[in-house]
Amino acid sequence: MLEIGFFYIAATVALVATVMAMTRANAIHALIYLIVSLLAVAVIFFLIGAPFAAALEIVIYAGAIMVLFVFVIMMLNLGEKGDKQERQWLQPSIWAGPAILSAVLLLELLIVISQTAGPVSVTAVSAKEVGLALFGPYVLAVEIASMLLLAGLVGSFHLGRRYLERDNLEKQGDQ
Amino acid sequence: MSETIWLIPLIPLLSSVTLMLFGSRLKVSQIGILGVASVGIAALLTLLLAVEFMQNQQVIQLSLWTWMEVAGFAPGISFYFDGLTLVMMSVITGVGFLIHLFSTEFMEKDPSYARYFAYLNMFVAAMLVLVMADNLLLLYLGWEGVGVCSYLLVGFWYQHNANGHAARKAFIVTRIGDTAMALGLLLLFTQLGTLDIQTMVGEANRTWQVGATIPTIACLLLVCGAVGKSAQLPLHTWLPDAMAGPTPVSALIHAATMVTAGVYLIARTHGLFLLAPTAMTAVAIIGITTSLMAAFTALMQTDIKRILAYSTISQIGYMFLALGVGAWSAGIFHLMTHAFFKALLFLGSGAIIHCLHHEHNIFKMGGLRTRMPVTFWSFMIGSAALAALPMTSGFFSKDQILLQAYQLPDIGPGLWMAGLLGALLTAIYSFRLVFVVFFGKANTEPDKDTGWRMAVPLSVLCLLAMIGGWFMIPVSEVFPASDGSHPAHWVEYVSISVPIVGVLIAYLIFYSGRLNIDGLVSSTLGRRLGQFWLSGWGIDWFYDRLFVKPYYGLANVLKSEPIDAIYGLIVAINQTFNHWLSVAQSGRMRWYLASMVAGLILVITVAANLSVGVL
Amino acid sequence: MDGLNIPLNHILLVSSLLFSIGMLGLMIRRNIIFILMSLEVMLNAAALAFVAAGAHWGQPDGQIVFMLILTVAAAEVAVGLGLVLQVQKRFKTLDMDHANRMQG
Repeated sequence: MLEIGFFYIAATVALVATVMAMTRANAIHALIYLIVSLLAVAVIFFLIGAPFAAALEIVIYAGAIMVLFVFVIMMLNLGEKGDKQERQWLQPSIWAGPAILSAVLLLELLIVISQTAGPVSVTAVSAKEVGLALFGPYVLAVEIASMLLLAGLVGSFHLGRRYLERDNLEKQGDQ
Repeated sequence: MSETIWLIPLIPLLSSVTLMLFGSRLKVSQIGILGVASVGIAALLTLLLAVEFMQNQQVIQLSLWTWMEVAGFAPGISFYFDGLTLVMMSVITGVGFLIHLFSTEFMEKDPSYARYFAYLNMFVAAMLVLVMADNLLLLYLGWEGVGVCSYLLVGFWYQHNANGHAARKAFIVTRIGDTAMALGLLLLFTQLGTLDIQTMVGEANRTWQVGATIPTIACLLLVCGAVGKSAQLPLHTWLPDAMAGPTPVSALIHAATMVTAGVYLIARTHGLFLLAPTAMTAVAIIGITTSLMAAFTALMQTDIKRILAYSTISQIGYMFLALGVGAWSAGIFHLMTHAFFKALLFLGSGAIIHCLHHEHNIFKMGGLRTRMPVTFWSFMIGSAALAALPMTSGFFSKDQILLQAYQLPDIGPGLWMAGLLGALLTAIYSFRLVFVVFFGKANTEPDKDTGWRMAVPLSVLCLLAMIGGWFMIPVSEVFPASDGSHPAHWVEYVSISVPIVGVLIAYLIFYSGRLNIDGLVSSTLGRRLGQFWLSGWGIDWFYDRLFVKPYYGLANVLKSEPIDAIYGLIVAINQTFNHWLSVAQSGRMRWYLASMVAGLILVITVAANLSVGVL
Repeated sequence: MDGLNIPLNHILLVSSLLFSIGMLGLMIRRNIIFILMSLEVMLNAAALAFVAAGAHWGQPDGQIVFMLILTVAAAEVAVGLGLVLQVQKRFKTLDMDHANRMQG
C-alpha cells in the first residue's frame, strides 16, 4: 500500500505546485513550481504503470519545453518591474469571476467522475507494448505528429527570424 | 391636284423641322417668312383643291404607304378627302395663315421666335393629318400631335412656373379623354377588324342594330376623347388655364382648330353615332350643360382671355348640342363660323394686350374705341357674331342649331329653351366685354396702335365673320339630309330676338348705367353666386380635393417608401444584432476565454445529461 | 507494480483539479507567458486522464495519446513563444489586453 500513499503525496505535491505556479508574480518562480508539478505528475504516471510516459514527461516536458520557457524569459528580461506589474494584475476583483466559472466546471467534472466509478485497479503497460502499438495501428498518427512538429519548427523559425532581423535593422537605423 | 394633297400637311411639317434644326441661325425676318409662307402655301393649295372640288364633287382617297402590318392590322398613311375635310382644312390653313401673319408682329420681340414658329407649324401639320386621316389610328396620331403642340405652346413662356403648370394641366386632363378614346379604338378594332373610317362605318351598319350595346359603349368612349379635347364638362378645366400661352396660340389652337377636333371626330364617325342614340343624347346633354355653365362663368370673369376661353367652351357646347340632336351640318357650320369670329376676338384681345403692356384685366382697360379703331371694329363684329345678332355669321349657324334642337322629340323644346338662355347670356357677356373695354373712361393708355401685320388678319377675319354665314359648306354628301321641316314661325322669331335682348341688357347695365345691378350683386346671395361663377362653378376646387390632393397625399406617403421600410427593418435588425455581437468581439482575450469556458460548461452539462443521465 | 489498487476516480479527480487550476490561471493572468504556462498545465491534466484510463484498461492507447499531446504541446510552445517575442517587440508589453486590434 506504500504506492498508494506515494500516489496521494505526489498528487498533493502536483496540486500545490500548480496552484503556486499559477499565482506567482515572478515568471521564473512560477516556472520552477511548474516543473515541480510536472515531476509530480511523472511520479503518478510511474505509479499507475506507465513508466515510459513518466520518462517522456520528465525528458520532454520538464526538460525541453520548460527550458524553452526559461530561454524566452531570459530574452525578455522582465525583471523587478514586471513582478510589480503582475502583482497589480492579480487582484481578487479580477479572478473572482473566473474562479466561479472554474469551480462550476470542476463541480460538473467531479459529479461525472463519481458517476462512472469503475473497478479500482490499474495494469502496467510496458514500453514495448506502447512501441508496438505506436508503430502498428497508430503509425499514421505518428506521421501526422511529425508533420505537426515540422510545422511548429518552421513557424517558430519564421517568427523568431523576423524578430531578429527587425532588431538588426533598427540597430542599423540608430547608427 | 388630287394626287398631291399630301403636300398640304408636309409643307408646314418641313418648315417646322427646318426651324427646329436651323432656327437659331436664321434672321428674324427669314423665320417669319418661312413660318408664314409654309402655311400660306398650304392655304393656297387648299384653295386650289376647293375650287376643283366645287367643280367635280370628287371624293379623294389617297393611300401613300402602309404604316405597319401586324396580324392583319394594316393601317396606312392614307388620306381621305371629302366636303367635311375640305371645310376643316380651309379653316385650319386659312385661319391658320392669318394667325401666323398676326404672330409675326405679336411675337416679334420674343427671343424664342424660331421655336414659336416651329411649334406653330408643327401644330398645323398635325391638325391637317388629324382631319385628313383615312383611318382612326392616323387620326389618333394627329390627335396626339396637336396635344403635344398645345402643351408646348401653352408652356411656351416656361420661365414662369404658372405657365408650366397650365401646360401640364392641359396635357394631363386631355390625356384622360385620350385614354378613353384609345380604348374606344381598341374596342372598335376588336369588334370590326378595321380602323378605316369608311369601311368601319359600313361594317358597323351591317353588324349592329340601332341601340345595341357595343356601338353605344364605343361611341361613349369616343365621346370621352372628344370631351377631353374639346374642353367639355367634366374635362373642361384645362382650357381657361391654357390661356397662359401666347394669344395667337389661344386663337389658333384653343379657339379655332384644336378644341373643335372633338366635334370633327364625332361628325366624322357620325355613322357609328347613328347606331347609338344613347350616346347622341349624352352628347347633346353634355353640350348644353357645358354651354350654360361656361356662359354663367364668363359673366363674372375679369381676365379678357378667360372670358373668351369660357366663351369658347360655351360655343363648343353648342356644337356638341348640334351633333347630339343630329344637326351634323349645322354643327360643322357653327364650327367654321366660330373659328372665324373667335379667332377674330382672340386676335383682337391679343392686339389689346400687345398694345397695353400685357394688361389682361378688362376693368383696367376702357375707352379704347377711339385709340384702337381697327381693334374696336374687330371686337364689335366678333362680338356681334358671337352673340348671333342677325346677319352675322354666328346668327346663321346658331339659329340652325336651335331650330333643329327644337324639332327633336321629347327633350327638344327643353334643349331649345336652355340654348336660348345660353344665347342670352352669350349676348350679355360678349357685349359686357365690348362696353367695358372700348367705352367709358380710359384707364390705361395704349403705347402704340396695331401694325399692318396685325391689322390685315383682323380685317380679313372681320369680313369672314360678317359674311361667313352665306357660305354654303359642301357637306350635303357627307351627312344624311334632315327632313327639311321647319318649326313654327314664333320659334324662329324668339330665337332671333333673344340675342338682341341680351345686347340691350348689356347696354343698359354696362354702358348707360340705366339698369343698376349693384344692389343685386352686393346682396349675400348675389355675392355668393358671383363668387361661385367666378371660380368656374368650383369645379377646379372640387377636382383639387377629389384627385389632386389625394394623389399628392399618396405620393407623399410613397415618397418615404413604406414597402422598402419592411426590408429596411430586416436591415435594421441585422445591424442591431451586429452591434450586439461586435460588443462581444472586444479583442480582449480573457473575455474570450471566459466565454469559451461558459460554453464548455454548457456543453458538458448537455453531454452529461444525454449520455450518462447525470446532472 | 502490477495490480496496484489506486482508485481510478482519484486519479481522474487529480486530473480534474489540475485542469481547473490551469483554466483558472488561463483566465486570470494577463501576461502571455503565464497564459502559455496555464495551457501547459491544462494539457498535462488531460494527458494524465488519458494515461490513467489506458492503465485502467491495460491498453497502450492511453500512453500513445499522451505522446501525441506531448507533440502538440511542444509545437504549440515553440510557436507560442515565438509569438511572445513578437508581441513584446511590437507592443512593448506582454499584456494581452493591449493586443486587442481585432476588436469588432
